[in-house]
Amino acid sequence: MPFDEEYYNLGRLDRLSYKNTFVHRLDPRAKLIATLLFLFTVISFSKYEVVALIPFFLFPVLLMTIGDIPFLFILKKVLIVSPFAIFIGIFNPLLDTGHVLVLSGFTISAGWFSFFSILLKFALTISAALLLIATTPFPSVCHALRRLGMPSLFVSQLLFLYRYIFVLVEEAMRIVRARDMRSFGASGTGIKVFVRIIGILFLRTIERAERIYYAMLSRGFQGDMPTFKRSHITAIDLVFVATTILFLVVFRFFSVTEGIGRIAQELFR
Amino acid sequence: MHMADALLSPAVGTTIWAGTLAAMGYASKKMKENFDDKIIPLMGVLGAFIFAAQMINFTIPGTGSSGHLGGGMILAIMLGPYAAFLVMASVLTVQALFFADGGLLALGCNIWNLGIYPCFLVYPLIYKPLVGDSRSPRRILVASLVSVVAALQLGAFSVVVETLWSGKSELSFGTFVLLMQPIHLAIGIVEGFVTAGVINYVRNARPEILESITASRPLGAEISVRKVMITFVVLAVVTGGALSWFASTHPDGLEWSIEKVTGTSELPTQEHGIAPVLKGIQEKTAFLPDYNFSPASTEEKKKEESASWPVIEAGTSVAGIVGSAIVLGMVMLIGLVIRSFKRRHT
Repeated sequence: MPFDEEYYNLGRLDRLSYKNTFVHRLDPRAKLIATLLFLFTVISFSKYEVVALIPFFLFPVLLMTIGDIPFLFILKKVLIVSPFAIFIGIFNPLLDTGHVLVLSGFTISAGWFSFFSILLKFALTISAALLLIATTPFPSVCHALRRLGMPSLFVSQLLFLYRYIFVLVEEAMRIVRARDMRSFGASGTGIKVFVRIIGILFLRTIERAERIYYAMLSRGFQGDMPTFKRSHITAIDLVFVATTILFLVVFRFFSVTEGIGRIAQELFR
Repeated sequence: MHMADALLSPAVGTTIWAGTLAAMGYASKKMKENFDDKIIPLMGVLGAFIFAAQMINFTIPGTGSSGHLGGGMILAIMLGPYAAFLVMASVLTVQALFFADGGLLALGCNIWNLGIYPCFLVYPLIYKPLVGDSRSPRRILVASLVSVVAALQLGAFSVVVETLWSGKSELSFGTFVLLMQPIHLAIGIVEGFVTAGVINYVRNARPEILESITASRPLGAEISVRKVMITFVVLAVVTGGALSWFASTHPDGLEWSIEKVTGTSELPTQEHGIAPVLKGIQEKTAFLPDYNFSPASTEEKKKEESASWPVIEAGTSVAGIVGSAIVLGMVMLIGLVIRSFKRRHT
């Protein structure tokens, strides 16, 4: 993906997280825990499970619609990173020909089931993680991580990283653009030039870090970055997490989809 | 290559997350011991640097395809193992969250594969001994090449082990290894050259910068005997896990001989006396009976595998498909209703 597009996407995800919807207002710790439990439940399904995974799409769909996140945006991001999973998964139908499944006349190898299962799990996990970031400003995520027990050194420099990604990527873009303008249409960078680009970027980075440090020192930096706004867990957050857990338990341990299908079959018999 | 959530099982994911979190806590603690505030913005900005650098592709000579930097080794050489590990962890976190590059549960594995090996294994055990105190560009080049290749091979091999351990892919060990290792060998060679190139460049252009980083690096960021010991424990766990995968399911020597002698593979249990009591205690406390995860999970696995076969009955599979269609339709309907509700009220 071209440089500029990646940068734009980064900015867009960041801007989306500052909206003001019900989902955005939930406490970041609640959202983080709910998402992690969701991920855990989804990947705990056996490798051939397809049917029971379908209801789990309700979680990302609800987050997307209530949180006002554009569907196409999430879809595009999921599709872009899917090649790896597809590449590994595609071997399953090829290699798992042992068990053949008869379905009203069709024979399908079990390998296709496990491949499809991988694809579904992939779509669910990726969209859940993206929606967490799309509905929670990154600094809030970092503070949630610290409140949940991550070492504060790690969280502080994670925050710095985030702030300076935008600055550094712009710097890198300038350098790459300068290189492009001088390369007479030849695409790509040779190793030698690449090394020099990275070297220059590195030097500028170090100098920038020094300037940042002294700027912070002169404004009273003493090693920690306290926040003014402290988020509180409210009853709504607890209800959200409890509902999520209930949903996960019900759909994990009871085959609801099959039940619904059977009821439909009875109705139309 | 970043591990994905969909290929991971909960057991493997949580185990490795536990290891990664422990390593992160340890690295943070070590850094706090001799702490210079200056290191925080430096680490953060270098993380952003690695990020930006990863976005710039270079063409691999001879193939025409493009590759990009991993960065773990450069960080380890510049910042020392503890800081480099934390920076790598944060870069991977941001990649997982913002670019969906590897899932949140797989993040533990990715930090392990791309952080622990370069910073805690390869840097102290391979790079530092090879380079010593020398400043010769050639020495640095050789050391970088070997280190980066070693780190990437370890990382790629771990991905294979983690995927196989999770049991979601049908790829056999041999095929998977043949896929992963050569690719990462090629990537490693190129990245080795780049790493050496950057270090030599910086050393030539502004040597005092490297000195100033080393000065603000916390003391004790160099290897210790304890670190090497911990390293070998880590190696043992990894190889133990991988090799046990191949451990023969045939009865081991003792059981075989018992079988030959008495006709059963285990000694008959005593009905009375202290033995049954102890056996009861052992059964209750055995954390890994028969070297598997607890019987509950193996039973579950067996149940799951047999539970996936009822799909063979034509009746339930039709119900499954019908149910899926209905549920999918309901989910989409809910989504559209909420969407139009929002549009009307904004």
